[in-house]
Amino acid sequence: MSPFLQGLITICLGVGGCVAYFWVSNLVLDRVIFPARGRDPGRNIARANMVRPWLFLFPALFSVTLYLVYPVVGSFIRSLYNRDGDVFLGFGNYRALWGDDGFRTALLNNFLWVLVVPAGATFFGLIVAQLTDRLKWGAIAKSIIFMPMAISFVGASLIWKFVYANNAQIGLLNAIRAFFGATSPIDPLQIPFWNNFFLMVILIWIQTGFAMVILSAALRGIPEETVEAAVLDGANPFQIFFRIMVPQIWPTIMVVWTTITILTLKIFDIVYASTGGNFGTQILPSYMMQYMFRDDGRATAIAIVIMIVVLPVMIYNIRQARKELD
Amino acid sequence: MAELKLNDVAKSYGPINVLRDIDLDIAEGELIVFVGPSGCGKSTLLRMIAGLEKITGGTLTIDGVRMNDVPPSQRGIAMVFQSYALYPHMSVRDNMAFALKIAKKSRAEIDAAVTRAAKVLQLEDYLDRLPKALSGGQRQRVAIGRAIVRDPKVYLFDEPLSNLDAALRVATRIEIAQLKEAMPNSTMIYVTHDQVEAMTLASRIVVLANKGIAQVGTPLELYETPRNEFVAQFIGSPAMNLMAGEVIETGPETVVCLPEGAGTLATKIPTRPEDKGLQVKVGIRPEDMRPTEDATFAYQGEVEIVEALGEVTQLYFRRGTPEADPVIAKLPGIHTGLRGRSLKITADPAKIHLFANGVSLLHRDA
Repeated sequence: MSPFLQGLITICLGVGGCVAYFWVSNLVLDRVIFPARGRDPGRNIARANMVRPWLFLFPALFSVTLYLVYPVVGSFIRSLYNRDGDVFLGFGNYRALWGDDGFRTALLNNFLWVLVVPAGATFFGLIVAQLTDRLKWGAIAKSIIFMPMAISFVGASLIWKFVYANNAQIGLLNAIRAFFGATSPIDPLQIPFWNNFFLMVILIWIQTGFAMVILSAALRGIPEETVEAAVLDGANPFQIFFRIMVPQIWPTIMVVWTTITILTLKIFDIVYASTGGNFGTQILPSYMMQYMFRDDGRATAIAIVIMIVVLPVMIYNIRQARKELD
Repeated sequence: MAELKLNDVAKSYGPINVLRDIDLDIAEGELIVFVGPSGCGKSTLLRMIAGLEKITGGTLTIDGVRMNDVPPSQRGIAMVFQSYALYPHMSVRDNMAFALKIAKKSRAEIDAAVTRAAKVLQLEDYLDRLPKALSGGQRQRVAIGRAIVRDPKVYLFDEPLSNLDAALRVATRIEIAQLKEAMPNSTMIYVTHDQVEAMTLASRIVVLANKGIAQVGTPLELYETPRNEFVAQFIGSPAMNLMAGEVIETGPETVVCLPEGAGTLATKIPTRPEDKGLQVKVGIRPEDMRPTEDATFAYQGEVEIVEALGEVTQLYFRRGTPEADPVIAKLPGIHTGLRGRSLKITADPAKIHLFANGVSLLHRDA
């Protein structure tokens, strides 16, 4: 059978199956389980109406449980065992993590990432959105700034590895240093502590475009009259921007901020591709990768830690997004 | 507390000219209303006075100072927007205080000004609410309060009532009139497309049309002696009836014949001997029309539609040409059974307007 036909049949079966499920189950509920006849048809209708939402929700609930809840619970249970899954360790893996310098460095670095990257990307995105708003060539500027969004994290890391190359012929940074008279090149990715920030620049570079697009739309949504009223009230451009415009799009800023925060907490490729976690640049996801295929089964424990760290931001994000919908 | 002078003011966007030759003197304490059909540039003119639009020709002076290039906040004006333009993230208090905070006024001064404005506008109970928790009328009052707090020389209102529902519009209109009375020295400029607002609020009305000023005058001047056909039809509702006519007798009282309705009318408008045979438009307001049995009448025709509104009855007469606006008569009281009947109508000689080439014969030498 041709793959095209296979695909077509699958789609038909899938869609047909869904329709059949809703239709048949609804029919069974109304005709067989709680039929609207007998001594008290009104009560049966009321009961059927109480069950119906659950009937329709069931497929979604089932898949969420299978693909989300089960893995979380499974991972947590697994994190309590050793690598082979036959010795119960309790919270031994977590204790081992806490005792590991590498983990603490990764956790600290992760906090730095979360502080710097979302703030940086949102800030630059906001500034770019505002500055390009009224320009003739603003659309071109925006598309150029948006372009890194289309580059994979690994690709971006490789590009920046050239920028950071320990060589004035290849590395842009060292070339600039050489222009100002520095004689010997340096390797920015090996400068302790600060190398973290050089890696964060890569993600800021990628995410600024995202922040810019969303915030630019939000800025356009601000009623022009409020800005004009502020002009009449005597506010200067900075006061108008920070006291009239930014507060009006604050919910959107928070959504952008938290979305980038969540992404930042999951980032792994950039560290993996540029330093491999060496020179003190480890973060939690790359640290997890390091343990995934060796050692004592603590990778699942790290996964759980990452999830716990992401969770509050996630909840806040969803709340903000909902608030914005109101 | 200021006088405004617009001298030959013009506005163009590139090659497109939207306003020109605007000459207007506004005295201290006046309430000037700009009216005109939509797109006539009345809001643009207001925004030019505010400084939100650049003046591309002529000069604007406030109290003798040329304002063309003065930034909006230093012109001594405050503006109330159609959409209120409240800062949605600030409480009522902060909305009103914003301009003063920007001006770095002292805390006590700001509090005093806000409290005073809130008292005048009965907003004291709402000072800590956000705009979204207010009704339309309250929001508009906050917008006015924001203007009052700044104690400006000139208040600008850009269709402030058009977002309110009918009942609230009447109430707010009266509040604005009272506000004006409470501040007799402040100069106000008010843009609207609503005639009732214009007639009730204005000390003088400026009718804008065709990129310029059609007429300036007190509401009753515009109503009684419109300078041209446009003003005649724009002021008053339903619009003034215009019918083609020919001058057949000149002198202190002019007699015209109206071929369409086979009528002949005497008017109090003086004409010169050479006007005999002049083709004119005879204008009569619907409310000045009355039925008659006399030999001289303005129009005779079949009543096509009768609208009984209780206090008045509006009669629509069929015209010879179907595309022409119907002749309308507005009779006091209730009249029924007129539909389909042929009726003669006329008007008091003093209430008849004559226009030649679109300009009133009373104004043609001006």
